[in-house]
Amino acid sequence: MRMFKYVLKRIALMFFVLFVITTIAFVLIRILPRDLPLEASQKEAILARWEALGYNEPLLIQYGIYWKNIITKWDFGTSWQIAYRKPAWDLLVSRLTPTVLINVYSLLFSIPLGLALGVFAAIKKNKWQDNVISTLVIVFISVPSYVYAFLVQYIFFFKLGWLPLQLYSLADAGNTYFSWKMFHSMIGPVLAMSFGEIAGLCRFSRAELTETLTSDYMLLARTKGLTRAQATARHAFKNAMVPVLPSIIGSFVSIMGGSMIIEKIFSVPGVGPLYLTAIGTLDYDVFMLDSLFYTFIGLIGGIIIDLSYGFIDPRIRMGEK
Amino acid sequence: MSTVNVNEIKIDPSKFAFVNEADKLHDKKFEDKPIGYFKDAWIRFRKSRASVVALIIILSIVAFAFVAPLCVRSHDQAFMVPTYAKNSPRIVALKNLGLKTGFTSRDFSDRSLMKALAVGVGAEEYKGQDVSFADAMDSEYMPILEITNVTTSIGADKKETHSYTADIETYLEVGFLYKSIEQHELESILAWEQETGKKVLYPLVENNEYNMDPTDANCWYKSDAKGNPLKEKGDKVTKIKEYDESLVLADNYKRDKDGNPIYYEYTGGGSVDTAQYKIRVLYINYYEYLYGAEPNYIFGTDAQGRDLMLRLAGGIRLSLLIAVCVSVVNFIIGAFYGSTEGYYGGAVDLVMERISDILSNMPFVVVATLFQIHLAKKVGPIPSLLFAYFTTGWIGTAYRVRTQFYRFKNQEYVMAARTLGAKDKRIIWKHIFPNSLGTIITSAALTIPGVINSESMLSYLGIVKLGSSSGTSLGTLLSDAAAIWTNYPHLLFFPAITLSLLMICFNLFGNGLRDAFNPALRGVEE
Repeated sequence: MRMFKYVLKRIALMFFVLFVITTIAFVLIRILPRDLPLEASQKEAILARWEALGYNEPLLIQYGIYWKNIITKWDFGTSWQIAYRKPAWDLLVSRLTPTVLINVYSLLFSIPLGLALGVFAAIKKNKWQDNVISTLVIVFISVPSYVYAFLVQYIFFFKLGWLPLQLYSLADAGNTYFSWKMFHSMIGPVLAMSFGEIAGLCRFSRAELTETLTSDYMLLARTKGLTRAQATARHAFKNAMVPVLPSIIGSFVSIMGGSMIIEKIFSVPGVGPLYLTAIGTLDYDVFMLDSLFYTFIGLIGGIIIDLSYGFIDPRIRMGEK
Repeated sequence: MSTVNVNEIKIDPSKFAFVNEADKLHDKKFEDKPIGYFKDAWIRFRKSRASVVALIIILSIVAFAFVAPLCVRSHDQAFMVPTYAKNSPRIVALKNLGLKTGFTSRDFSDRSLMKALAVGVGAEEYKGQDVSFADAMDSEYMPILEITNVTTSIGADKKETHSYTADIETYLEVGFLYKSIEQHELESILAWEQETGKKVLYPLVENNEYNMDPTDANCWYKSDAKGNPLKEKGDKVTKIKEYDESLVLADNYKRDKDGNPIYYEYTGGGSVDTAQYKIRVLYINYYEYLYGAEPNYIFGTDAQGRDLMLRLAGGIRLSLLIAVCVSVVNFIIGAFYGSTEGYYGGAVDLVMERISDILSNMPFVVVATLFQIHLAKKVGPIPSLLFAYFTTGWIGTAYRVRTQFYRFKNQEYVMAARTLGAKDKRIIWKHIFPNSLGTIITSAALTIPGVINSESMLSYLGIVKLGSSSGTSLGTLLSDAAAIWTNYPHLLFFPAITLSLLMICFNLFGNGLRDAFNPALRGVEE
């Protein structure tokens, strides 16, 4: 019951924060001057549309209209520049697939590798294997992801010629993101994204496992006669995963956000480039929706990480002081 | 039993004497110097070798950023020679040692190889001496440094075609250029030639059917319209289609009646001051005449022909300046905010936490974009970027300070201070704050790599548009290189290496600081 109340409280708080941020973003974006196309007929049509949509009303009324449209019609406004008169929501949804796909591939690649390396380093603590891994982890965590992107492009495109420089366009890859050809071109961004994640996960799981390996119950398990491997697998590993798993779950939520810079470098037609074009062309409704989207992803990720602690390990009671 | 009443005992005061009156009682002087908080931290910090190395690397990068502009005397960061744009590193010292510098490896056909070689030949042959390709290879003006590979392939028409791989010095490849100058400049060039013995002016080229491209000053030899060099034997003219090192090119110089080559040509203008001349210069010597030094670009040149090393130094300075500025301001805001929250707690804490909740949940990229759109035109891109950092960047620091205050505020020494009548202000700043100083300094140090990273990311993405007037950051260098780095890897290599090194070292340094200030946390990640 307490758990339930805590969840409710968190969700209510999330919506409050979301509401405030929406308001701030709405005001800041709507007061910006809008660009009109040069062609006269199109210009008039757009002006008439804007009048009908209430863009000329006072800001407060516009804000009311904005919420009314979202609640009644799930309408987040219209794209005027990127895709003329296409609903902003549809535009965003159409951009989600490649972003999510690349991130899922990247996670599927980096989670097993990161965990395995972390566990290995923890077991070999303070031996040379651990030292090598830990040093590499520091390097890989610190180096920005776009440097990997350039490295991947340089090695796999220019030197070896194994991968294409950028993502194939949808038409090239047979009009689907799930074709083999598309997957082949996605390896580049997936690799570039994975280095940092592998390193992060490795560091995290190593830290947690080394801590559990030195705890008292491990000593007890060993005195009961378990071998080191048995004790590690049955006792230490489970406990070490308690903080690691929520962070993995969290990263599954944030995959929708994607990595703006990697997507730009590999010209992935995802959410990140949509945001950048929206700023570049001053397509405000899309920009607004994209901002909301990023905020929402961040908030929901935080909540899920918090709550999953309680689900994974019932000893942790959320909301306790 | 008789008891003696103490009060009745009378002792003469003069009988009293101090036991140790003779020797002076002093506290023994410490033999060691006292170890303060920071010294203690420094001792611990020194023990972590990785952090010390990281600190040294950071300091050398900073030193590089400030010293590099002082070392290059011939030009500054704004100095720009478009002719030498995107060229690879050229270090004169290496050249003097006889090593190859300023070159790239490239593939050539017979014709393009001969054209590149002709630059070196043309630099040597201007009087009509017969200089073959092989003779000119020793010339210091020969752009082709070494032919590394020759492959022969037989095409569909059964003809053999060669392709060559050669190291070509890009600074010499420019070769000759036509320039239009005034009388006094011509005189000063001639004087400079006399003085240094280096040749700037070269004979002009006849504009006839043998001149493939009259605007290209490198076409000094006779060639057909496609660019194949021609060979005259008596009346017979043959095309040279294959490169051979013993070949001698036939020159196509403009000559006067006596057969002497013409070096300058009057093109217009009346008086002595305004007379215009057309000349043909060997650019590398012309450069030296203009700027007083041979081209010496240790990191090469950027897309506009500026010195990449100086731009990089400027980029490091700007990025570090932004990072340090953000770190200091966030340190101050975070300390005030966090200590107020943590010390007062209750309703104050609740309200302030909600405010920072809202701010911290705004994606930074959105905040930065909004600031750029609204403020960049009014106050410039860098101040608006700074504002964006000031808006949300302090939350982490504030959170840490708050935690520290919660930890310390109910401890005995705080209670003691309060009992003695200390005011809130005094308790906060004199008693609790110094205890959380280590945490805050660590978080300030770890802010720096974060800011450098996100700044370069934002400028790379084009969200922050640093114009040429507002300076260069590391991110600007990266985004400048983004479109063309595949052909000119050095443009990306140097900024990326610097950035990566800075990030790695600052993270190591920050971890070392954390361990030093807070030994209890040693080994605990994050």
